[in-house]
Amino acid sequence: MAHIPTQPGLPGISSLFAFRPETAKPMRELAHVLLYSESSLSSGDREVIATYVSSRNQCVFCTQSHAAAARAHLKEDASIVDDVLLNGVNASVSDKLKSLLTIAGKVQKGGRIVTDEDVALAKSLGATDMEIHDTVLIAAAFSMFNRYVDGLASFTPQDPADYVEMGVRMASVGYIPPKS
Amino acid sequence: MAHIPIQPGLPGITGLLEYRLDSAKPIRELTQVLMRGESTLTFAERELIATYVSFLNECTFCTRAHEATANALFENTTIVDSVKWNVYNAPISEKLKALLIIAQKTQLNGKTVSKEDVENARVHGATDLEIHDTVLISSLFCLYNRYVDGLASWTPEDSGFYQKLADRLVNHGYMGTTKPVVHEE
Repeated sequence: MAHIPTQPGLPGISSLFAFRPETAKPMRELAHVLLYSESSLSSGDREVIATYVSSRNQCVFCTQSHAAAARAHLKEDASIVDDVLLNGVNASVSDKLKSLLTIAGKVQKGGRIVTDEDVALAKSLGATDMEIHDTVLIAAAFSMFNRYVDGLASFTPQDPADYVEMGVRMASVGYIPPKS
Repeated sequence: MAHIPIQPGLPGITGLLEYRLDSAKPIRELTQVLMRGESTLTFAERELIATYVSFLNECTFCTRAHEATANALFENTTIVDSVKWNVYNAPISEKLKALLIIAQKTQLNGKTVSKEDVENARVHGATDLEIHDTVLISSLFCLYNRYVDGLASWTPEDSGFYQKLADRLVNHGYMGTTKPVVHEE
């Protein structure tokens, strides 16, 4: 049971967003800008980074939901998601994505351990300054989202099937609720 | 040197917020609601939570900036120091101690916050909203600390800079409505 009274039936971060709409609005917008808005990194790759960080933080809700979103974006390449979940930076992904996952994994532990060499490697593999910025900020943002979800013990569905539809919705409309 | 080209003279988070404005906007708004919005926690108490989390994450820039802000708001420079040494012996309310323990566990990993930690905060008078905001402030500073250090943004040494930054945060909050405090490198 969650540490604060949340609306029954709403899972994970949705229940926390409903608890405090004033903080939900900018948090949704941040997720939308970082994961869904236009970028030279595909939404699929950005969702893989979010999934990887969430998995390292052992946040089941965020891992499962963003893995589902990544699969929905990546379509025929969806198996990348499970490869990264199992093998981390040793997964069969592009060298550039590996180098960004390395940076994200270090940010998850603590920003100070990202080295000049990590960044130089990513740049040599074609990563732009903005892509490096966004990778660090995605990893930092999920270090927030994961703690928020688990720190308040929000409801985490246990069946992976419960996340499929959620992921499809995240991949198709992003994170800002449509205006009603 | 920072890992990406930052506008000269804007250390720590300030240059990063200018680097990408569309991600800065929601980060600023979230911070303003949590740190300066209506709440039963005082501005000083919220700044203390932010300072303590930044200290635990060893983010020097955020620790110094929010410590200077908390000191200004408490009108006392010993409270933050005593919390850094030992939360349990600090000259603060039992409620604030309980919230700082929740913030500290959230910093470690959200899963370590126990029912007993939350119950202890409630026994000392914390409301659901205060517990929620404590967890989210701690989480938000886990974002900030990683953002600042993950891009190796510049951390000035002189306390005068942090004092100016604190004045801006005390008087104008987090929306970036006034010019950033420039520090020549």
